[in-house]
Amino acid sequence: MDPIILFFMLGLVAGLLKSELRLPSAVYEFVSILLLLSIGLKGGVELALQPFLGLLPDVLVAIVIGLLLPLVAFTVLSRLGGFKRADAASIAAHYGSVSVGTYAVAAAWLTSRGIGFDAHLPLLLVVLEVPAILVGIVLARGIFSDTHWHKVAHEVFLGKGIVLLLGGLLIGWWSDPAALAGIEPLFFDLFKGILAIFLLEMGLIAASRFGSLRQYGIFLVVFGLVMPLFGAAIGAVAGELMGLSLGGTMLFATLIASASYIAVPAAMRISVPEANPTLSLTASLGITFPFNVLVGIPLYWKLAEAVHAWLPG
Amino acid sequence: MNDMNELKPHSRKLLTIVTEAALEPSLCRDLERLGAHGYTITNARGKGSRGKRDAGWETDANIRIEVVCDEATAARIAAEMQRRYYDNYAMILLLSDVLVLRPGKF
Repeated sequence: MDPIILFFMLGLVAGLLKSELRLPSAVYEFVSILLLLSIGLKGGVELALQPFLGLLPDVLVAIVIGLLLPLVAFTVLSRLGGFKRADAASIAAHYGSVSVGTYAVAAAWLTSRGIGFDAHLPLLLVVLEVPAILVGIVLARGIFSDTHWHKVAHEVFLGKGIVLLLGGLLIGWWSDPAALAGIEPLFFDLFKGILAIFLLEMGLIAASRFGSLRQYGIFLVVFGLVMPLFGAAIGAVAGELMGLSLGGTMLFATLIASASYIAVPAAMRISVPEANPTLSLTASLGITFPFNVLVGIPLYWKLAEAVHAWLPG
Repeated sequence: MNDMNELKPHSRKLLTIVTEAALEPSLCRDLERLGAHGYTITNARGKGSRGKRDAGWETDANIRIEVVCDEATAARIAAEMQRRYYDNYAMILLLSDVLVLRPGKF
């Protein structure tokens, strides 16, 4: 059993038993800042070793998936689930976007097994954050609404996630590799320890969401479990067709399977205020995140292997 | 003489807004636009008609904004808050009378 998963389970159990345990919010903030920077830096260092233009097709694929996935989710939620338009659009945006925490766990899973993955996955992570937010807003309000797009753009592109991930990528890219050795102990060597603390808090947060599950019924639970599986299948096939390595395919599948709980809730609260934030956060934090961390990640590895055997090339 | 004037209490309104932390940037813009000379923001937690808001997650965090201003400004701000935010956000407004020593500031 991987210790970081056990940290997550400790958080879950402590939360379910109503323990007093709670990380100070400044600690949680700091830990998530370190994670975002580490992921960015690591990607930047490796991106510096390869030509940039060759990455554009993969970036385009990520954008297209980020635009289409929320449309599928929206249709399912409003047609089958009977959700109100704003709620369906907001949940769809959460599921079309990605979770950095899930990515970090999957990357650590691969690293601890000695499996490599393509250097530009962190770039795809950044790219995938954005399109679903825009689609979600348009689905809720229509294109010609009175949405203040400059405010939305500010919220989306200058949010903590994008600034730190992109910033880390650029720092890693431009830094003198020899000089990077000085910051390696904090950002690379301590990565799994930081991730463990992050997951402890995520376990507590996820457990605090279970209470509202009963309120919103079985459909949301089923959606929170089936949507990541659907996303992973799309991601695995796309990753294989993009020619990613096996590790890269698994990581891309995990990204598409994951649901946002930081960037999207903040953007939706401002841009689609009539959507109930408890619905989407309950699904993404209470169901999909634990599912991906505990069950999904090993499953998506098997899926990547199966897709690789099934698709030639 | 001037000192005497400074120490004489003047009445003003204290407007207290308790609402979602996500609204902070847009509320600050509103307050300045509507004529508030300043405001104080503190982090807050609590429970109300929209459930428990325990600041466990960013979307569950509250803030309390206090504005001291004249009656007309307070009424203007209160009306604008009701119009823009009451339907979709967790928000309460409290209005009270306070005494200040430096009326020029408020």
